Amino acid sequence: MSIFPPEQRIWWKEPIERSEILWVVIALVWCLILFFMMPYWHIVGEQNLTNEAYRIKPEAFAKRTEAFAEKYKVREEGDTGIPVVRPPAGSDIYMLGRLWEWWPVLELQKDKTYRLHLSSLDWQHGFSLLPENINIQVHPDYEMVITIKPNRSGEYSVVCNEFCGIGHHTMVGKIYVVDK
Amino acid sequence: MTINRDFRTCPDTGFKIHLPADKLIKWNAVSGVVFLMIGGLFGIAVALTRWPAVHLLPADWFYLALTAHGLDVLLVWLIFFEVAILYFASSVLLGSRLASPKAAWAGYWLMLIGAVMTNIAVLRGDSSVMFTSYVPMKAAPDFYLGIILFAVGALLACFVFFGTLVIAKQEKTYEGSVPLVTFGATVAAVIAVFTIAAGAIILVPTLLWSVGYISHIDTLMYKVVWWGMGHSSQQINVAAHIAVWYALAAILFGAKPLSEKVSRTAFLLYILFLQLASAHHLLVEPGLSSEYKIFNTSYAIYLAVLASMIHGLTVPGSVEAAQRKKGFNKGLFEWLRKAPWGNPAFSGFALSVVMFGFLGGISGVMMGTEQLNIIIHNTIYVPGHFHATVVTGTTLAFMALAYWLVPTLWQKELVLPGLAKWQPYLFGIGMGLVSVFMMGAGTLGVPRRHWDINFADAVMGYDFPGAAHLMMGLNGMAALMGALGGAIFILNMVGTILWGKPKTKAAEEEAPAPAPEPVVATYGNAGTMAVPGTFTLAMVFLVSFVLYYFVNWKYLAGVWPLS
Ligand code: HEM
Ligand SMILES: [Cu+2]
Ligand SMILES: [Cu+2]
Repeated sequence: MSIFPPEQRIWWKEPIERSEILWVVIALVWCLILFFMMPYWHIVGEQNLTNEAYRIKPEAFAKRTEAFAEKYKVREEGDTGIPVVRPPAGSDIYMLGRLWEWWPVLELQKDKTYRLHLSSLDWQHGFSLLPENINIQVHPDYEMVITIKPNRSGEYSVVCNEFCGIGHHTMVGKIYVVDK
Repeated sequence: MTINRDFRTCPDTGFKIHLPADKLIKWNAVSGVVFLMIGGLFGIAVALTRWPAVHLLPADWFYLALTAHGLDVLLVWLIFFEVAILYFASSVLLGSRLASPKAAWAGYWLMLIGAVMTNIAVLRGDSSVMFTSYVPMKAAPDFYLGIILFAVGALLACFVFFGTLVIAKQEKTYEGSVPLVTFGATVAAVIAVFTIAAGAIILVPTLLWSVGYISHIDTLMYKVVWWGMGHSSQQINVAAHIAVWYALAAILFGAKPLSEKVSRTAFLLYILFLQLASAHHLLVEPGLSSEYKIFNTSYAIYLAVLASMIHGLTVPGSVEAAQRKKGFNKGLFEWLRKAPWGNPAFSGFALSVVMFGFLGGISGVMMGTEQLNIIIHNTIYVPGHFHATVVTGTTLAFMALAYWLVPTLWQKELVLPGLAKWQPYLFGIGMGLVSVFMMGAGTLGVPRRHWDINFADAVMGYDFPGAAHLMMGLNGMAALMGALGGAIFILNMVGTILWGKPKTKAAEEEAPAPAPEPVVATYGNAGTMAVPGTFTLAMVFLVSFVLYYFVNWKYLAGVWPLS
C-alpha cells in the first residue's frame, strides 16, 4: 500500500502495466505539442507580445505623452477635460497610467498599425482593453512598445485590472477606432 | 537531554504514534482549520461584494477583506495543514519518533504569531495590498514581518520532517524504501525549502524598504522573485495533496500504486521542473524576453504537466486495481459505481481528483501559454482557475483526509455523520461552480480584485455584457453553497474534537471512514493489473483538454493583431 514501504524491496524492477506506459507516451506527446504551439504562433500567429521595452523615468514618460497629446489633440472627451488624441497612422502613440486614470483618450483608424507606448507614473496598473480582452501589465520605470492593429471600429474601454489602491475600480480609459 | 520515546498504538490502524508528534499534528491541523474558517468568512464577504446586485462591502473593506482572504486561506490554512501532513507522513507512517519536538513547537509558535501579526496589520486597514504586495504599493512593516515569521516557522517544520526521516532510517523503524506517501511529502518539503528561500530573498528587502532603510525596489525584479515563492508554494500544495490522494486510496481501498517506479518518477519531475516556473505569472510583463517566457512557463517542456497527468492516471488507477482485486470486475466502471460514495473521505477524494484535473489543470495549462495569457491575465478567470486547484483540489483533498484523520487521532466519532455525507458534494460542487462562473466572467474581461464593475463613481465606464453580471451573480450564489459546505466541515471537525463521543468498537463499524483492511494490504504486485476504466476516463480528460486548449487559440486569433 502507498502508506507502507513498497512490498518488493527492488521496486524499480517491477514491470509496468501496458496502459500506464501508453498513457505516459500519449501525455508526453501532448506536452510536446503544448510546447511547440508557442514558438509556432510566433511564426504564423498575429497575436504575439512584443519584447520591446525600455527603462524610463516616469517624468520623462509623462513629458513625452503630454507633448504627444498636445500635438495631435482634436477635441475633449465630453466634459471630462481629457484630450482626445488622433495621431497619424503608423506613428508612435502614448498612453500613461496613473492613479487613477488612463491618459489621454486615443482615436485610431481601423486597419492601420500604431506603435503603442505604455508606462505608469506611479504604481503598477493593468491595461485591459475591452471588449477585445487584451490584457497587458504596466509598470512604472518600464516602457513597453506594442505594435497594434485595430481591426474593428467602435468604442473601446481600457479598464485597470491590476489592483492600484482605493480608486482602482474608477480607473477607466478610452480608445476610439474609426473607419477613416 | 532525555529523548521522549513514548508511543501509543492506534487501535484503528495499528500505527505506532509518537506522543509529541500526535500532539503537534493535532495542533497544526486545528490551527489550519481555524484560519480556514476566518479566511472563509472573508471569502464570503468578497464573493457577496462581487455579486453586483448585493455589493455588500464598501470599497476599502472589500480590498481589506480580499487581502485577508488570500493570506488566511492560501498561506495560513494550507501550510498549517501541510505541516500536520509532514509530521504524519514521517513520524506516524514510518513509526518513528519525531525529531526535536522542541523545534517543531518553536516552528508552530512562529507560524501562529506570524499569522496573527499579519492579520492584525491587515485588519488595521493600512495594509490592504493583497497577498502579493506588489511594490511600489507599501504595507506596514509588521505585515511583511508576520509573513517572514510564518515562513521561518514553516522552514523549521520542514527541517523537523527531514530530521525525522534521518532518525527513522538510523533507528531502522521501517525496511526498504519509504512509503510512496512519505516520498510525496518529501517532495513537498524539498519544494517548500526552495519556496521559503525565494520568499526570504524578496520579503526581507521589502520589509527593510517598508521601514525606510532601502529606498527603491525594482517592480519587475520583485515580481520575478516573489513568484519564485508564490508559484513554488502552489507546487507544495500539489505535491502534498497528491500524496494525500495516494494515502486516501490506500486507507480506503488498501490500494497499492500501480507502479512505484512511475509514481515516484512523476513526483521527482516536480522537484526537477516545477519550481522553474514563475513566468506564467509574468507573461504580459514588459522587459522579459519571449524565449525566457516560453521556456519557463512550460517548466522546460511541460515535464511537470506530464507528471500531473501521470498521477491523474495512477491515482484512480490504483483504486481501480484494488477494487478489481476485490471482485468488482464487471464492465468498465463497476469498481467506480460500487465505491463508497456516502463516505465523505471517499467522495471528497474523488471530487478533488476530478475537479483538480478537469477544471484546474486544463485551465491552468491554457492560461499559462505565452500568447493565450494575453486574453486572460488579471481577469477574474485567474481566481476561477485557482479556486479549482487550491480549493476543489487541495482543500477538498485535505478535508477528505480530515474525515479519516480526526476521528482516528482523537479516537472520537464524528458529531454530524449525516451532514458529513453531503458536505463534500456541497463544498466541492459549490466551489467548482464558483470556479466555472469566475472563469466564464473572465472570458468576458471582468477584472479580478475589482470593487465595482458598474463603475458607478468613475469618470468613464464600460458596460459589461449582461452575461458578465449574470455570472458574477451566479458566482455569489455558488459561493454561498460552497460556504455552507465549508461551515459544515468546520462544525463537524471542531464539534468532533470538543464534544465527539469516544469511539467504541461497535461505532467503528459504521464510522464513515473505515480503517484499512489488512487482507488487501498484503496482496502482491499491482503493477501488472489492467485498469481499462481509468484509462477510458483519462482519454476523456485528454480530449477535453485538447478541445479546450484549441478553442482558446481560436479566441486569441480573433483579437486585434499585436506584435
Ligand atoms: C467560502 C469559500 C470561498 C469563497 C466564497 C471564495 C471566493 C473568492 C472570491 C469571490 C475571490 C475574489 C476574486 C477577486 O475579486 O479577485 C477570491 C479570491 C481568492 N481566493 Fe477565495 N474563496 C473561498 C475559499 C478559498 C480557499 C479555501 C482558498 C485557498 C485555499 C482561496 C484562495 C483565494 C485566493 C488566493 C484569492 C485571491 C486573492 C487576491 O486576489 O489577492 N479561496 N475568493
Ligand atoms: Cu490602475
Ligand atoms: Cu488598478
